[in-house]
Amino acid sequence: MMYYSRPKLAAVLGVCLLGLLLCLPNFVRMPGASIPWRQIHLGLDLRGGSYLLMRVDVQALERERLDSLTDQVRQALLKNGLGYRDLKAGNGAVTFQPRSPDETARDLQVLNGLQGTVPHEFSARTEADGRLALVLSPEALRLRARDAVAQSIEIVRRRIDATGAVDPTITPQGDDRIVVELPGVSDPDRIRQLLGTTAKMTFHLVAEGVSPNGVPPPGVDLLPMQDNPQQKLPVYHHVDVDGSDLTNASVTQDPQTGGPAIAFSLDSVGAQQFAAITRANLGKMFAVVLDGKVITAPVIQGVIPSGTGQITGRYTSESAHDLALLLRAGALPAPLAVIEQRSVGPTLGADSVRAGAISLAVGFVLVVAFMGLFYGLFGWFANLALLANLVLMLAVLSLFGATLTLPGMAGLLLTLGMAVDANILINERIREEVKRGRTALASMQAGFERATSTIVDSNATAFLAHVMLFVFGSGAVKGFALTITIGIGTTLFTTLLLSRMLLVRWYALHRPATLPV
Amino acid sequence: MTSSLLGRPLFRFVKDGTRIQFMRGRFLGLGVSAFLSLASIGLFFYPGLTLGIDFKGGIKVEARTQGPADFARIRQALAKNGVTDAGLQRFGGDNDVLISIDQPGGKDAGSEAATQNLVDKVRKGVSEAQPGATILSADAVGASVSAELFRNGLLALGISLLMILAYIWFRFEWEFAVSAVATLILDLTKTIGFLVITRFEFDLVMVAAILTILGYSTNDKVVVYDRVRENLRKYRSMPLRELIDLSINETLNRTLGTSSTVFLAALPLALFGGHTLAGFAWVMLFGIVVGTSSSIFIAAPILLLLGEKRLRRDAQKPAARGDRKDKATPAA
Repeated sequence: MMYYSRPKLAAVLGVCLLGLLLCLPNFVRMPGASIPWRQIHLGLDLRGGSYLLMRVDVQALERERLDSLTDQVRQALLKNGLGYRDLKAGNGAVTFQPRSPDETARDLQVLNGLQGTVPHEFSARTEADGRLALVLSPEALRLRARDAVAQSIEIVRRRIDATGAVDPTITPQGDDRIVVELPGVSDPDRIRQLLGTTAKMTFHLVAEGVSPNGVPPPGVDLLPMQDNPQQKLPVYHHVDVDGSDLTNASVTQDPQTGGPAIAFSLDSVGAQQFAAITRANLGKMFAVVLDGKVITAPVIQGVIPSGTGQITGRYTSESAHDLALLLRAGALPAPLAVIEQRSVGPTLGADSVRAGAISLAVGFVLVVAFMGLFYGLFGWFANLALLANLVLMLAVLSLFGATLTLPGMAGLLLTLGMAVDANILINERIREEVKRGRTALASMQAGFERATSTIVDSNATAFLAHVMLFVFGSGAVKGFALTITIGIGTTLFTTLLLSRMLLVRWYALHRPATLPV
Repeated sequence: MTSSLLGRPLFRFVKDGTRIQFMRGRFLGLGVSAFLSLASIGLFFYPGLTLGIDFKGGIKVEARTQGPADFARIRQALAKNGVTDAGLQRFGGDNDVLISIDQPGGKDAGSEAATQNLVDKVRKGVSEAQPGATILSADAVGASVSAELFRNGLLALGISLLMILAYIWFRFEWEFAVSAVATLILDLTKTIGFLVITRFEFDLVMVAAILTILGYSTNDKVVVYDRVRENLRKYRSMPLRELIDLSINETLNRTLGTSSTVFLAALPLALFGGHTLAGFAWVMLFGIVVGTSSSIFIAAPILLLLGEKRLRRDAQKPAARGDRKDKATPAA
């Protein structure tokens, strides 16, 4: 206990020096461009920026899949000469009433023969009331949702990159959520609008002759016009050309009005489809549908072989620019809804950094002064360890590239306040042993030994509480839990090893008969 | 001589050999604590906690206007943008205004979108009413998120308490664990009472403050318990009541010393930490005082009540008592 071997001494000092080195990049420019120096990142609450939490609309995904499955069922039944009544989608299944109970067996055979997009995507069964059901498996839906989240992240990234935002981070959270962090963006309104648009563009033939009022026949949808939602246009459900075949979209000028328009070009598959459709439907109306709204529905004047076209409408140059951006970046597989947003402007961020730094400095000075006055020389040893503690905390945070938030700064300060508890325990214990009449050496030895288990016990409980906070907390609070948890680790190091070593070295050098306690 | 100024302790909280008979006041301590906790529970039900938007959902926008904030004009401009139920409130200086709106609807996509869109309306309204105003911060929390944050906050509190219970049980005896957790729950209720009275918003940062208080308070109790455990072995025939008093007195300088340093660390946060941390810091300061006093006046008396028969009898039969963790040092 009262002796430290040289390697051990060197190791403890080495860790402290390494810590000092690791936290330097936060304050000065480091030499050696090839060395990947790591820094503590300031949280959005300190540097200003926005946090958006978005949810992928999994229900829409399910609805969409059921819709296409309904089509698949209808076509399969018709092809096999089977009849159905009341074919509908809902509650995770496509259901219908067979024409007669005799056909049930053959219906089931047809249903079982359907191909899903993944193995075991659905299963067919007979309901109690004689209806037949094709039920989507929850597992397949979950898979689809996960794919949708992964795809959405890619598309969200493309869209955000196109806005010129610096250092965005986009991460999945849970089953159906995406977190977007945008440093420096204090008004996330435009980005929110961009991300809230699905941008699914499709081309459909207009069902001419169908009344825009009343119930449309099967296979036809009544879609609102974008510029005038009251006005509805009957449009065939069938997608003739899909916007996912787009290769480019850019802002151009409408030759007729001179206003902004969007020029697009399709890839070779899309161009062929486009040519075929325009050839077969000369003189008919062709609707461009974006997110369930008809943007425009021009009459096909001639065959368009090149696969290029123009979308006109009431656009401002900004909205045209955004639409082109969205079309280029691609459609989201499902709608995204923002369910939480937090943004901090640069003013408040700077205020917070100042407030945090002042608190940290004042708190540190107060604790150091108290320890110096309360314990004298041993208190100053504790203060040295405290300084090392602060350095090591910053070093570990830098090493992890962790994010420092305002609550995180509070966590640093509170850790310093709690850290000296270990020194207080040791000092009080040494003092007690001295009062009992032990020699200086025996007192120090007993003090270290007896205090250690208390120090470990008291830190362990605090550790448990903050790990829980880290697991269940979110945002800036996680930063608080992280700094306290790291702080408990560095506290154990600096108090159980470093400050004890300082005392031991001091004793070995001076061999005092009495201790200044 | 400067070296002696820095070299020796300048002051102590209590003299060596202090023997205050804390346990004589145990019923008074427990009574006062029970009264305060009951009153706090009453306050919890009426008027209740002021929930922050983390847990309540809704919108909070902080703006700094050029020149004093004109509430009437801001309200008018907000109404023009379709925001009618906004609460306006000054914070910090005359130029700083806090605009808050309660969660407007349910968890479906439509009302979630409505909540988020309100932020833009508020931004617009503020800049129309007071040109040149800057938005310091703007938060909007949807109903599904706030419900989840609330659940997670309570889970973090509950699981932490259980883990503390398990840890102390494992390291000590069940009497210690039960009295520690009972005391923590009493501390917790008082903190909630403090929150109700001060009307600080109860949000995730507050949960962090409360968990830190629980951690600190447990720490404090563990130190006293550690000494009780040691003394149980050292003084085989001393009555538990005297023994607990002795243990508290022996650790009194440490208890007061540590609570002072933590208090000194938290104080600047309350004074200079800005309005974001002020609530957190004041609750911390309150919790430090409560946690320190509850170690002496609550946790120790409960331990005495629970362990009066058991702990002493156990200690008299050292063979039956698994000497698990500590190498008992013989008394000098």
